[in-house]
Order: sequence, then structure tokens, then C-alpha cells
Amino acid sequence: MHSNIIISQSDSRPMYLQIMEQVKQRVAVGEWAPGDEIPSIRQLAMALRVSVITIKRAYLELEREGVIVTQHGKGSIIAPDPELSSRLYDEEFSEHLEKVAKLGELLGLSSEEIARRTKEASNRLNEARLTKEIV
Amino acid sequence: MNDLSVQFDGVSKRYPHFSLENIHLELPTGSIMGFIGANGAGKSTTIRILMGLVHQDEGSVRVLGHPMPADQAAAKLDIGFVSEDMRLYGAATLAWHMNFMRPIYPRWDQPYADKLAQRFDLKPQQKIKGLSHGQRVKAALLLALARRPRLLVLDEPTTGLDPVARVEVLGELMAALADEERTILFSSHNTLDVEQISDQITFIDRGRIIDSDDKEVFLDRWRRLRLMLPPDVLVPRLPGIVEVGGSGRLPVLTTNRFEPAMVSACNDLGATVQAIDTMTLEEIFVANVHSRRERLTA
Repeated sequence: MHSNIIISQSDSRPMYLQIMEQVKQRVAVGEWAPGDEIPSIRQLAMALRVSVITIKRAYLELEREGVIVTQHGKGSIIAPDPELSSRLYDEEFSEHLEKVAKLGELLGLSSEEIARRTKEASNRLNEARLTKEIV
Repeated sequence: MNDLSVQFDGVSKRYPHFSLENIHLELPTGSIMGFIGANGAGKSTTIRILMGLVHQDEGSVRVLGHPMPADQAAAKLDIGFVSEDMRLYGAATLAWHMNFMRPIYPRWDQPYADKLAQRFDLKPQQKIKGLSHGQRVKAALLLALARRPRLLVLDEPTTGLDPVARVEVLGELMAALADEERTILFSSHNTLDVEQISDQITFIDRGRIIDSDDKEVFLDRWRRLRLMLPPDVLVPRLPGIVEVGGSGRLPVLTTNRFEPAMVSACNDLGATVQAIDTMTLEEIFVANVHSRRERLTA
């Protein structure tokens, strides 16, 4: 399986986090399906020209989060969990919501206000979509 | 079988104006170690001792199980060494060099040598004296890699290479490790290269090893904390602080023993943690060297 994961030198986050994120995105959009074989640690290290230890770290954390399963001596697969893709989307959604809540708090907004603004944003999105359809 | 390819134990070497003191170094088989130091820090001396080219005054050195320098002839059959001051014959071609090496090294891999020549964009029929600096480095690397050595020792392999050649060279170094039996030690002052491909990182300064660790651990324990202090609150005393910068109410602390629990510890002391920055290997190296030199002069 070709990996085409891209490591950015200008991204200040550690490389293992960038790798984890891209694996998760691939699973979320369904490019890598549950049960699919993924490149071995050494294969991916060579393909990305990144040290083995960095890939190992990324795979260990992905395993801990239940995204992949590593069978000793057999390599790794995407966890055979049909709900995995939706779970990853849901986790990402929760992360964004937490950021919204935090920023709202910084601005001194009440939780009712935050909820109202979220609803407004979703309304705006729907309106924009409607106008596009009409045009 | 010994799973350490290189082992230095209490190694010292003294020159009139420079000394290498009490070097301990362990390089597990199958990994890449990046050896980082400023110019004149002792990288090349350490590498020469490893190769048996310079004899240590004290301490023991084992390379691929062979005691050095006593057993260097046997060890060298399995070590590929490339350094900047290594000369190829200018009047001869790369093909001539390959033919010269082939009968000496039993594991010489001609198909691999041909493949490398292609990937490195080298013409075997061209004379060495007509090559650019980058091409010479790649030619020397080709000759070392095609021997299929168990240990590759590279002194500044990427210095003076253009960006395209650097990527090619780093790629081939990674590829050489595919079978888990081979080991690479490379010195560099290009911390970006080291950060990218190394499993182990060792810092050397003024003839001493100042830090050596697994790369992920290394990057994980160094953080810069940006704090905000209320008036009349002192900078919290946290473990492993190597540098305090910033201004009075907005101090920036650099620690080499970061733990997430530090944030609540700061909050308990009345300080707000505004940001926790990760650091690049270059920043870590510079902070490490500075703090150590300051301690020595203090």
C-alpha cells in the first residue's frame, strides 16, 4: 500500500503527531478501511525518510487509541471496527467544540450564548447552501 | 550476539590543546545515531577512535564485537566509512574505483552499486577530478554502501550538498537500514537532518558528551513554558530549568525535564501558563550547550 503521507518541516508539531493525524484522516474519509493492512514501521520510515523510532511512536499511540492493531511479527492493520471512521470524526468534532467553548469563555460568553451562536453558524451554512442551489 | 554495534566505555584522549574526556557511547544494532556538535567539539576525534585511526589513552572501545584498536583489521571489513578528508584518485574513474573495491570486500554488491550510480546521477566512466564536491561525496557514499557494511560511519555526510542531493542521500541511508541488521552513526551540524532520520541523538561539546538519548524522549522532555505572573509573584521553581528568559511578569522558562503536571504546579504557585512550546533539535542543542558552558564558568 502506498503511503503518500506528507511531513511538513514548517509544521511546528512533532513529526509523530503529524503522522498520527494523517493516518486518522485517511481512516475517517474511508481511504483506509477497517482491516486494511498498513505499511510496516520500517517501510513507512523509509518512504518518509523519517527515523524508525518516530514511526514506532506514532504507531504505538495509534494502537493505544484503538485506530490500528499491531500483530507481533505480522505488521499492523486498521482496527477491524466498523464504527471507527465515525468515531474519529466524532472525536475531531468534540475537539473543535472544546476549542469553541474555551474561546467563548475567554470572551465572557455564557453557555446559552455559545449555543445560540453555534446554531446561528449552522443556519448561515444552510442558507449559503440554499442560495447556491437557487443560483 | 552482541546487540550493540558500538560501545565506548570511559574513553579519553588528550592532545595539547584539546581533550576528549570520559566518553560513554552505546549504539544499538539496527538504529541510526546522529552525533551533533559544534565545530571542534570532538566529533571527528571520536569517530577516528571508533575507526581505530586514533588510539585512545584510556577506556575501551568495541565495534561490532571487536576490541579497538587491537582488532581493527577484522572490524573494518564490516565498516563503511565516509569522511570529508577522504580522497579518491582524481585521475581514475568511478568505475575504476568500483573494480578496485570489488575483490577486497566479499559482500560487494555490483547491481546495487549500479542502481546507486543511477539514483545519485553519477556516470561511472567520468574521472573523479571532473566531479563537483557533491558528486564526490555521493561517489564516496556509493563505494561505502555497495560494500553492504554492517556499520556505516559517516562524518558530515550532508555538508556541502545541495537540497536535492541531501534528500537522495538521506533516502539511501534510510534504505540501507531496511533489514534491521545494519547500523549508522553520522555526525553533522545540520540538526534538521539529524532530527529527521535519527533514532538516537548524542550531543558533544568541548570534548564531552553532554546529552544522549532516544530521539522521541529527547524531543519530549524539552519544552519552553511561557508564563504570566501576577505582581509580586516569583518565578516558580520547577525541575530541570536550564534557562529563564522573557521579562519580569512574562517569564519564559526552558526545561529539559518537562512533565504535564508542571502546568498545575505553576497554577498552584499563582502563575498562568500561557503556552507550552515544543523545541526543535537546533534550539535544544543551543540551549544545552549554553547552559552547560554557563555552569562551567560560574
